[in-house]
Amino acid sequence: MVWKKHDYDAIPGTYVFNGETSHSSYPLNKLLFSFNSEENRQEFQADPAAYADKYGLSPEQKEALVNDDFLGMIRLGANIYYLAKLAVPRGFSVQDAGAAFQGITTDEFKANLEAQGEGLMEKLKEKGYWNG
Amino acid sequence: MARIVGGITTSHIPAIGNAMTNNLEQTPYWKRFFDGYEPAKAWLDEVKPDVAIVVYNDHGLNFFLNQVPTFSLGCADEYHNADEGWGLKTLAGFEGDAQFSWHMAESLINQEFDIATCQEMLVDHGFIIPMALMWRHLSEWPVKGIPLAVNTVQHPIPSAKRCLALGKALRTAIESYPEDLKVVIFGTGGLSHQLQGERAGMINVEYDFQCMESVINDPEWLASQSTTEIIEQAGTEGVEVIHWLVMRGALQPNVNLVHKHYHVPVSNTGAGVLVLENSHD
Repeated sequence: MVWKKHDYDAIPGTYVFNGETSHSSYPLNKLLFSFNSEENRQEFQADPAAYADKYGLSPEQKEALVNDDFLGMIRLGANIYYLAKLAVPRGFSVQDAGAAFQGITTDEFKANLEAQGEGLMEKLKEKGYWNG
Repeated sequence: MARIVGGITTSHIPAIGNAMTNNLEQTPYWKRFFDGYEPAKAWLDEVKPDVAIVVYNDHGLNFFLNQVPTFSLGCADEYHNADEGWGLKTLAGFEGDAQFSWHMAESLINQEFDIATCQEMLVDHGFIIPMALMWRHLSEWPVKGIPLAVNTVQHPIPSAKRCLALGKALRTAIESYPEDLKVVIFGTGGLSHQLQGERAGMINVEYDFQCMESVINDPEWLASQSTTEIIEQAGTEGVEVIHWLVMRGALQPNVNLVHKHYHVPVSNTGAGVLVLENSHD
């Protein structure tokens, strides 16, 4: 039995969430999905390690979870949309998480995003887009 | 007979929901993004659709990974929003149109699109934020809503080509419904963004423009791309642009461009708005 490889595996810095990931990380994502409920979020907050055990996480997944190690959780199969259910209620924005993935500060991450808007007005004008 | 008046594309990211909840629309960061929706709102006010079909992906509110339908259609009398753990304000639910939905489901399946039907379906930010962007200034939603969810969360996801073909089948389904309904279709999500991994934060402005121009004039260009090509260019979460192709496939081959608006960055994304109108017969 083997997991088939995919051409998207070669894209750097990218973890495509597929059957292999989803199968191997099912308990972790099930735990993260449980955070749709405020009651569950509070139970986790009170004792993260016990909550991890309740869902049967592996030792590696548990360690990443209790340490808010976002890149670690992605590498261990967390789906990013499910991971947000952990991160956002704990006060992390998607920019904070993105910065953690890259190992830079949130301000640096935001500055990189802002840089995408350079020269935008000229491009919009050239291509006939709305500009107020 | 039911008639498709046109289609709209829009982002559906949670940051927009928070900006609306906190009345930040006219702050420097958000003003240009939100102002660009005014022509879309004016067009909707003019054409007054009865039903909005919203093409989006569920991000883990209605569907968990235990069951991941590739395409699923709401077939209920009503749909509700709920806590999805992202700190978003829960918004008022929508009246649906079960008879119309079941007609579409039957027509799609007869056209060999074997979609899942949902009689209880929670709608997350992917559905509700586009609705709020268009109609939050009204005291009640002025349309019935029908969710059409596309799996872009767990691969394998449907190809861009398949999404365009679904849109074409959706047109046949809608236009064969006997009631005189005016239908608008929202293609939501995108544009380029990647939330996860060391490549998080990537945005591809040139590709976003290519996608927008393709959806207006040449949807086959985007539909010819593989999922891997779209991930490379638009990011893992930017693949949501395939929802736009469902909308586009349901419109006439040649449409009137009413409005096109692009802004970057909006949170971690490029954000595009198109208003495409079917010509009147």
